[in-house]
Amino acid sequence: MVLHVHNVTKSFGDYTAVNELDFTIPEQEMFGLLGANGAGKTTTFRMIIGLLRPTKGEITWKGQQIDQSMSSLIGYLPEERGLYPKLKVSEQLLYFARLRGMSKADANKEMDVWLERFKVPEYKNKRVEELSKGNQQKIQLISSVLHKPKLLILDEPFSGLDPVNVEMLKEAVIDLRNQGTTIVFSSHRMEHVEELCENLCILQKGSPVVAGHLKDIKRSFGKKNVVVHADFNLDFLETFSGVTKVKTTMEGKVLQVVDETVAEKMLQALVPRGFVRKFELQEPSLNDIFIEKVGAAYE
Amino acid sequence: MNKFWIVLFHTYLMKLKTKSFLITTAVMLLLVIGLSNITKIIALFDDSEEKVGVIDQTGTMFGDVQLGMKAIDEDVELIELKTEEEAEKLIDSEKLTAYLMIKSDEQEIIKGTYKANTLADTTVSSELAVVLSQLKTKIIANELQLTDKQIAALHSPVVLDTVAFEENAKTEEELNQARGLVYIILFIIYMAVIMYSNMIAMEVATEKTSRVMEILISSVSPVQQMFAKILGIALLSLTQMLLFFGGGYWSIKRNLSDMNEGVFSFMGFGSTSMSTIVYAIIFTLLGYFLYATLAACLGSVVSRIEDVQQTITPMIMLVVAAFMLAMFGLNNPSATYITVTSFIPFFAPMIMFLRVGMLDVPFWEISLSIGLLVASIVILAVFGARVYKGGVLMYGSAKSLKNIRKALQLTKKD
Repeated sequence: MVLHVHNVTKSFGDYTAVNELDFTIPEQEMFGLLGANGAGKTTTFRMIIGLLRPTKGEITWKGQQIDQSMSSLIGYLPEERGLYPKLKVSEQLLYFARLRGMSKADANKEMDVWLERFKVPEYKNKRVEELSKGNQQKIQLISSVLHKPKLLILDEPFSGLDPVNVEMLKEAVIDLRNQGTTIVFSSHRMEHVEELCENLCILQKGSPVVAGHLKDIKRSFGKKNVVVHADFNLDFLETFSGVTKVKTTMEGKVLQVVDETVAEKMLQALVPRGFVRKFELQEPSLNDIFIEKVGAAYE
Repeated sequence: MNKFWIVLFHTYLMKLKTKSFLITTAVMLLLVIGLSNITKIIALFDDSEEKVGVIDQTGTMFGDVQLGMKAIDEDVELIELKTEEEAEKLIDSEKLTAYLMIKSDEQEIIKGTYKANTLADTTVSSELAVVLSQLKTKIIANELQLTDKQIAALHSPVVLDTVAFEENAKTEEELNQARGLVYIILFIIYMAVIMYSNMIAMEVATEKTSRVMEILISSVSPVQQMFAKILGIALLSLTQMLLFFGGGYWSIKRNLSDMNEGVFSFMGFGSTSMSTIVYAIIFTLLGYFLYATLAACLGSVVSRIEDVQQTITPMIMLVVAAFMLAMFGLNNPSATYITVTSFIPFFAPMIMFLRVGMLDVPFWEISLSIGLLVASIVILAVFGARVYKGGVLMYGSAKSLKNIRKALQLTKKD
C-alpha cells in the first residue's frame, strides 16, 4: 500500500467537510473518488497534497507524512484551470516543472514530447489565454505530469473536452499508470470511472457511502437491470413483484429488479403474450449505484 | 536552484517583460529627461521677438529705457513712436504686441501706462516696471547728487543672521536646501510605496483568481512564496529607480557640463547631506517592505481582481495620511505631532525620514524608530504569512476583515 488515508476528518468551524474517510491505494493503481458537488472531494485532494491539514487522522505516502518536501513526487491537476493567462505555454510549464525540482533542460525536452503527444506543439509559444478551454486542459495536464510524479491527483481531468480529446488524455493517464504512477482521480462521469478504476469510493456529504473494488461493489449492490423490448403493452411489468424501479424508453422498458430470480419469472410471464424482440439481464452500472446511494440520501 | 529564487526571478522577469511595465518606465523616463531639460524646451517654443512701442512724452527717457530693457530681456525690441493713433494702428496690424506711454509731472517723476490687446502675459509689463523704477532711482539719485557708494548702500538689504543654540543644528540656508531634497525624496517614497504595493496585491490576486496558487502553494511554502514575490518586486522597483536616476543624472550632467560645482551640489546632494541619502534608502526600503507585506496579505484574501482596489484602499489611505503629515511637517519639522508620529510604524518611513533630513535627531531616536519599524515588519510578516496561507485557498465575497479572520482560522491548526 502506497497511499494511506487513515480515518481522516476535516472540519471548518462547525462544518465537517470530510468525515472518517479511510482508504488505501496500492502502487500503480488508479483510484476513483466520486461524489456529488460539495461532497468533499477537493478538500480530500487538498489534504493529500498537503495544502490543508486533516483535523483528525493522517495521510501517509509510503509510511511518511506528506509535506512540502515531497512536492517533486506529487502532480496535481486542480478542478479549475490553474494557469497564468498572460504567460506563454512554454514559460508556464518550465516554471511549474522547476518549482517541482526539475532542471531547465530536462523540462524543455519533456515538454516537447508531451506537446507532440497531445498534438499541440504549435501552442508552445502562445499565451494561455489565447487557447481554447480544452487545449488549456491539455496544458494543465502536462503541467501536472511533466516532472514524472509518483503520485498524480486529477480533479475532474476530463471536463470540458470533446470525445476525441477525452480518449487521448485517457490513454495518456493509463500509460502513466502502467509506468508506475499511482493515480487518484475524481469525475462526475461514471463511465470514465468504470473504465479506469479498479477501486473507488463514493462520498456523500463528507462520509464514504460506498467503497471498495468495483466488481465487489456491483456484486454487493445485488440489484440488476432487465431491458425488455416487445411488440405488446408492457405496463403490467411495473407492478410485477420484485421490481424496484421502472424507466420507459422509446422501444420498451428498463426495469430494476432485486435479483436474478425475478428476471426468470418475468421472462416466463412474457413469452406467452407474444413476440419479445429483446430481453437482457444487465449488471448494474456505476451510474445506477451512484444515483441510488447519493440520491437516496438527498431524499 | 532554490525554489525561493525561482519564484523571485520568475516574478521579476515576468513583470519586467510586461507591456505595461515597459510603457510606464519609458513614459516616466521621458518625463524625467523632459523635466531636467525644461528650460531648453521652453526656449525652443519661445523664440519669437516681441515688439513694443514706446511713446516718450518727456522726450528724454527713451534711450535709457531701451538700454535698461536690453539688459533684462534681449527678446523684447522697443520702438520709439510719436502718437497713440500710430501705436494703435500698428497693434491692429499686429506689428506691435503692446505700447508704453511715459509721462512726467509734478507729483510723479515717471509715470508709465502699458496698453495691449490682452494682459494675460505679464512678463513684458513687469520687466518694463523694473526698468522704469531703476530709471527713477537713477534720476532721483542724480538730483540729490548721491555717489555710487551711497546708491549701493541704499540698495543693499539688511542681513538677518540666524543662530541656533543647538550644536550641529542646520542653518537656515542648509534647511532650505534640505527642504527641497527631503521633499523630492518624500515624494519618491510615497510613489514607490503606492505603486509597488499595489503591484504586489494585484500579482497575488491574479495568481489566486487564476488558481495557479493551488499548484504553487503545494510546491513552495506560502511564506517563501510571499517573500520571494515581495523581493522580486523590490528588485523590479530598484531597476526602475536606477533607470530614472540614471536618466536624470545623465541629462542634468549634459546640461551642466560647463558648471564647476557638478551635478550633486546642484541637486542639493552636498557632502553634508550624504547621511540623508543613506537614510532615504533605509526608510524607502523599510517603508516598502512594511506596506508590501500588508499588500500581499490583503491581496490574498480577495477572490476577484475587481475587489483588489477596494480591499487595499484603507492601506492607501494610510500612505496618503503619512504623506500629508510629512508635507505639513516640512515647514515645521520640530512640531510635537511630527515627533510622535515618527515612531508610529506606518508613518515612520516618511515622517522619521523628514525629521532626519531636516533636524538633528539624536541617534537613539532614529534607532528606536527603525527598530519599531523592523519589529512591525516581522510581526506583519508572520501574521501576513498565516493570512496568506489560508487566504489563498478561500473564495467568497470581498469583506476583507471577515475574510482575514476566516483565513486565520483556516491555518490555525498548523
